Amino acid sequence: MAAAGAPKSRVRRRLLIAAGLAGGAFAVGGWLFYHERDRLRRPDALAARPGEHAFNAWLRIDAGGTVTVQVPRQEMGQGITTALPLLVAEELDCALEMVRFEQAPVDAVYANATMLADAVPFRPDDHGWLAGFARLTQYKFAELLGVQATGGSSSVRDAWLVMRHAGAAARAMLVAAAAKRWNADGGECRTENGAVIHASSGRRLGYGELAQDAAHLRPPSQVSLKDPQHFRLLGKPQPRLDVPAKSDGSARFGIDVRLPGILYAAIVHCPVFGGALQSFNSERAKASPGVKAVLELPPTSTTAAAVAVVADGWWRAKTALAALDIKWHEGPHAALDSARQRETYLKMLESAGRVYEEIGATEDAFRTSSKTIDATYEVPYLAHATMEPMNATALVKDGRCEIWVGNQAPTLVKWFAAKAANLPSEAVAVHTPFLGGGFGRRAEMDVVVEAAAIAARLPGVPVQLVWSREEDIQHDVYRPMAMARLRCALDANGAIAAWHHRIVGQSCTQGLTARLLPAAASDLMKDKTMAEGAYDLPYAMPNRRVEHVLAREPVPVGYWRSVGHSYNAFFVECFLDEAAHAAKRDPYEYRRAMLANAPRQRRVLEVAAKKAGWGTPLTARPGGRAGRGIALAESFHSIVAQVAEVEIEASGALKVRRVVCAIDCGQAINPDTVAAQMESGIVFGLSAALHGEITLKAGRVAQSNFPDYDMVRMADCPAIEVEIVASGWEHLGGVGEPGTPPIAPAVANALFAATGKRVRRLPIRLA
Amino acid sequence: MSRLLIDGVARDVDADEATPLLWVLRDTFGLVGTKYGCGIAACGACTVLLDGRPVRSCVVPLAQASGKKIVTIEGAGAVPAWPALREAWIAEQVPQCGYCQAGMLMASVALLEAKPNPADSDIDAAITNICRCGTYPRVRKAIYRAAARLAKG
Repeated sequence: MAAAGAPKSRVRRRLLIAAGLAGGAFAVGGWLFYHERDRLRRPDALAARPGEHAFNAWLRIDAGGTVTVQVPRQEMGQGITTALPLLVAEELDCALEMVRFEQAPVDAVYANATMLADAVPFRPDDHGWLAGFARLTQYKFAELLGVQATGGSSSVRDAWLVMRHAGAAARAMLVAAAAKRWNADGGECRTENGAVIHASSGRRLGYGELAQDAAHLRPPSQVSLKDPQHFRLLGKPQPRLDVPAKSDGSARFGIDVRLPGILYAAIVHCPVFGGALQSFNSERAKASPGVKAVLELPPTSTTAAAVAVVADGWWRAKTALAALDIKWHEGPHAALDSARQRETYLKMLESAGRVYEEIGATEDAFRTSSKTIDATYEVPYLAHATMEPMNATALVKDGRCEIWVGNQAPTLVKWFAAKAANLPSEAVAVHTPFLGGGFGRRAEMDVVVEAAAIAARLPGVPVQLVWSREEDIQHDVYRPMAMARLRCALDANGAIAAWHHRIVGQSCTQGLTARLLPAAASDLMKDKTMAEGAYDLPYAMPNRRVEHVLAREPVPVGYWRSVGHSYNAFFVECFLDEAAHAAKRDPYEYRRAMLANAPRQRRVLEVAAKKAGWGTPLTARPGGRAGRGIALAESFHSIVAQVAEVEIEASGALKVRRVVCAIDCGQAINPDTVAAQMESGIVFGLSAALHGEITLKAGRVAQSNFPDYDMVRMADCPAIEVEIVASGWEHLGGVGEPGTPPIAPAVANALFAATGKRVRRLPIRLA
Repeated sequence: MSRLLIDGVARDVDADEATPLLWVLRDTFGLVGTKYGCGIAACGACTVLLDGRPVRSCVVPLAQASGKKIVTIEGAGAVPAWPALREAWIAEQVPQCGYCQAGMLMASVALLEAKPNPADSDIDAAITNICRCGTYPRVRKAIYRAAARLAKG
């Protein structure tokens, strides 16, 4: 069946073509030079709207002067539907109140090339020719591939120039239109708050009055961007555009999509990874009230074997699942067990891995050192557990597929929905509502493939697939379980003479590739995300070796807020504390001394320590013991230091009382959002440090819902204080993820300060 | 056939009496402001008021809700403490992804109705909802801000 085979190979073919083209690009030197203006493009990506005038692919203005900005990234709480419109509004010279946002359609012009360029395995501060060339090549490859995606805390960095250019170009067109109407020179006009003003005569025309004429002018070939010292909006706290709708229940998420005639699907996946369906009783389920269909879903590279029940309400579909009486072939992984896996990893720590960093002569330094320490650290698998359970709504009708899904990669949604519905990708329309949490989980295509496959078998009927929370916890792509052996040699002054960090774990990038493009997945891939936060440390050490030993386990792994940093910061920053203790030095001063040539990092550390009152007495309540811990982690081009104050209460309970956080993300677009993202990252990381653990028993995930996969709640949430350290717009960094890595080590180090007990395994268990 | 009084409107529903109220609200009546989070009363995303008290609608069977006054986020405007709470929520810029917020708001409005001047321990006890974005510090501030506003009258 050629017709059936064609869409299946289309994704692969497209990727291979793109890869080939990227290779060819090496020959075209000039082509590699990148022009922001190329990304403005004519407004053909935007559907025409009555009364609105498109200036380029990024914005429209209507007759009332309302500016509608296309936001190419997905809103999952990080505030991107405010941050990116701010970039346009700043250069356009209009108030934020005049701006609306819209999720941009799927189009290559909105590709996130920065995210892919970040994936090259070089230190972020490596600006050598090889690193630069690799990044640029990857960037151009990403542009060609045209993948629109949200992740890697990259959205603002990717949009920083192009969306400001889009606003500046539109402003220039509005000025030109006004000048023409006044028969004046453009140079005599200025703009202010959504209007063009003729300086000498004081005449004034609002953008709404000019929009129609201006949008038809030729876009300027050159636009100049504002000098940051003239910014009126950027860098000052602004109210988020999505907050009002999220403060009265009117905000709509994927799970809230309601369409005429909609049916609801509930699903159960094979509980054992890699298992298959053996048998089930379709008739009994079909006899349940409201049930319309029972569908078997064979496994694919992105999905596990499953059975879905479609009914006129989700509760009825879910209830009918129990009547299926499914028997599974458990497959080859039915003996998978966390305790056994742990033993395997411990053995793997003995063998050398792929080297990610080698400075000096590490082994020689160990041999000649008089004092060495070593320790083994470990972290478990973690689920994302977004508050909005996995869901997607699809309608396949007349050779077209429409899909509504909260997702972090609409381009992939288009490709994978097409493949699952057996349609060309041009026939798929993707709608992205608000995401009820993402954290990396919604970059996955499993629920998309399932919803499209179900809808394809019920043509003409919109079907909403919703996973139960139990399915969500047990069929995630998990933050990898990881283990590390750290060794360090101290010189006569107690300073670090050599550092050796060996990590064992699965590769997230390999896992994702195996799901999206199985033919391309290989052990040869150098996945920097597994060693990030370990091979790119800011601390000066004369000898250092960082290795990663690749584990192969059947557990699906994926990107989880801050990815490799989520465990490497814990390993590194706790072991540094051990080194400081062994050297009988203050842990803050010990770090600070290693940052003499890293002024930004040192300043962040100092700001956090000062604000937290480092070195001042800390009192516990009667019968309790209190302590402070500090940690620093640089991730996604931002630097974050945190000081945690913990108390072991008289009852023996651990309470994190206060967290002080300093961040240098260059400059904050919206400082209140930066503070909110730090609070968010801290609570997310704290939930993992105190509670998060996914374990495997008999090939299955042992946890299933919030009681056994618990979260920090109001009563356990510390007071959080955030200080933003400004270092300039040229140092822009991400904020969605960098708040997470330092919290676990800060808390573990504080616990040591309070009790003398060293925590080397998460989640923290006091007993 | 059960009769429900939802946000001041009487509505009839023909469903099994064991059906959780949550799914009647969402799938039968399209009141999708109330969210599904866990299905076992562990997260609070589905919080509504039943005769003025906060309940987790994912475990309230239809039989138990019938004949009682149900207030969802869509009808929260009728609760006296609501305007101050919503204003405080926006002023403190509480929501991030926003998914748990309807449940947070319903639990908070119930708290303010019961205790117009809550202490930290009251907030800890009343707000046991889960927020994966970690909006807790701002939820607390917004509750205090709303309480202060209500105290002024």
